[in-house]
Amino acid sequence: MTVDSQQLAPAPAAGAVTTGGGRRDRQRLPRAKRATSLTPISGLGLGIALTWFSLLVLIPLTAVLVQASMGGWSAYWDALTSPQTLAALKLTVGQAVLVTAVNIVMGTVIAWVLVRDQFAGKQLLEVVIDIPFALPTIVAGLVLLSLYGPSSPLGVNWANTRVAVFLAFLFVTLPFIVRTVQPVLLELEQEVEEAAASLGASRLTTFRLVILPSLAPAIASGAALSFCRAISEYGSLVLLSGNLPYSTEVASVRIMSSIEGDHLTEAAAVASILLVVALIVIITLDLISRRVARYA
Amino acid sequence: MSLRKVVRVRALAALIAAAATVLLTGCVGGAATAPDDAGTTTLHLVGYAVPKEANNAIQKKFAETTEGKDVTWEESYGASGDQSRAVLNGLKADYVNFSLEGDVTRLVKAGLVDQSWNSGLTKGIVSDSAVVIVVQKGNPLGIRDWSDLTKPGVKIVTPNPASSGSARWNILAAYQQVIANGGTEAEAQAYLTKFFNHVAALPGSGRDATNAFLQGSANVLISYENEAILARQSGEDFDYILPDATLKIENPGAVLKDANPKAKVYLDFVLSPAGQEEFVKKGFRPVIPDTPIGEVAGANDPTKPFPVPSRLFTISELGGWDAVNAKFFDEGGLVPDIQKATGRSQ
Repeated sequence: MTVDSQQLAPAPAAGAVTTGGGRRDRQRLPRAKRATSLTPISGLGLGIALTWFSLLVLIPLTAVLVQASMGGWSAYWDALTSPQTLAALKLTVGQAVLVTAVNIVMGTVIAWVLVRDQFAGKQLLEVVIDIPFALPTIVAGLVLLSLYGPSSPLGVNWANTRVAVFLAFLFVTLPFIVRTVQPVLLELEQEVEEAAASLGASRLTTFRLVILPSLAPAIASGAALSFCRAISEYGSLVLLSGNLPYSTEVASVRIMSSIEGDHLTEAAAVASILLVVALIVIITLDLISRRVARYA
Repeated sequence: MSLRKVVRVRALAALIAAAATVLLTGCVGGAATAPDDAGTTTLHLVGYAVPKEANNAIQKKFAETTEGKDVTWEESYGASGDQSRAVLNGLKADYVNFSLEGDVTRLVKAGLVDQSWNSGLTKGIVSDSAVVIVVQKGNPLGIRDWSDLTKPGVKIVTPNPASSGSARWNILAAYQQVIANGGTEAEAQAYLTKFFNHVAALPGSGRDATNAFLQGSANVLISYENEAILARQSGEDFDYILPDATLKIENPGAVLKDANPKAKVYLDFVLSPAGQEEFVKKGFRPVIPDTPIGEVAGANDPTKPFPVPSRLFTISELGGWDAVNAKFFDEGGLVPDIQKATGRSQ
């Protein structure tokens, strides 16, 4: 195994990963000059991008943080130490992590099947994958309720349990990793894998040392999207999870409750925690994907 | 490229971006108000979703009067609390119709609705209803009253009192009926704890709760008489029980301070027997005693749709909404505490 990997080390460098390495080389030389020089067109582009981003993301986010700090530090702290809020946050983040882990495996498998295998109905599957994006989430909740609820044709009843939360998260986050991994997998040159095989690498070794490092950034960004989508999910749970405090109540329901009770500071405080958690997860995933990519 | 040139280019880019922003906001602002055609008045109604059909029927009747002849409507419907917050944040409204008094009070505090809005004959209320117990067709569990809800095997679904304001009627009814029947506060609290032990789901809104019940998530639904009647009118097959002791639901309507004067005329029409009759047809109880009550499809007894329960208590008997919210629903209140105890034990 160790011999294999030493032998193989140059192989991926010649193939897929060159793009990453090459970019780094290209950047290194002219960096000092390039950093300050913008052509008029790219200057305009940057201006538009920043304005757009500020209007849609930065300013609203700042507003959330300002709202969260309105009641002072103690109000913020009170909102977060409410045991009901803590229970909701724990459930939401825990299930989102679980779902993301499942998605990393299943999403990659589905993407693999869609890219590498030829089978009847492939086109159809391609289209169906995106349905969780297109379906209004409350409808998704209804669909899941009729499938896994009390009148389930499968003979299970997961409505109003934590399994329901897990299922709803899985449903709405399914496409993310599939859709981020697919194009990378399409670009991957199969000759590299063949070369690895001809050098005596087992399929597992090839996957671990050749394919996975090239897919890692795509998987990581898909996983980040899927995690963030999960922690903010609301619509599909309205009918399905029962919103039982300490049991199936998720963070977004807590936020809704705070807004309904006119406690905007509480709502913003919970939202700000979700933001921080999302940020931590995005950074962690990015670090992991860099590490995996570097192994190649 | 020299530094000065770069700065100039960047400034230009920023300028163009800023101009684009101004243009964008200009577009948004420009679409706000269009002048009315000569002779017609446009009134804006912002309300909660349930009485939409009743409102539309009243508008139609209003259009037949001399005052209401040339009135056209722009309407917006949604969850009561959301709608109230939307008006607070600038949604144009002449007449508002909410499910809870608090949603009007919010606008009073913001200076959008006059202090005296609830000083009229009906105290600002435009429709009434009552908290009822909905059961499966044929009532297989034999439920007659509140006390039957804590028997083994009963699974209750009721909208979430935290995220849906109007869900609070149900919880208050369950609590206060103990006191109305001669119990103490401690007994009422004990009952509510047992009640929550039987709660299987707390969906987001009244309509979501009805859906969850119809899907079979539970065998008892706590709902509103008008919601039960309306669902039966549209073909749902279940029974509902009006308990001997229950809470009267009161839905407010109000005219905004800077509303078109026609809006006040409309509110008066809503509070006339002719206006109330349309609420009655959709299962609401009238707020004006001399409203003609015809046959109401969907009611338990369509010819006698609104029997008077022996003890029908009101929110003001509980001390009004401000006191009730502080005592029951805010952080540290009775309901979060009970949910903490029951939620942990599940």
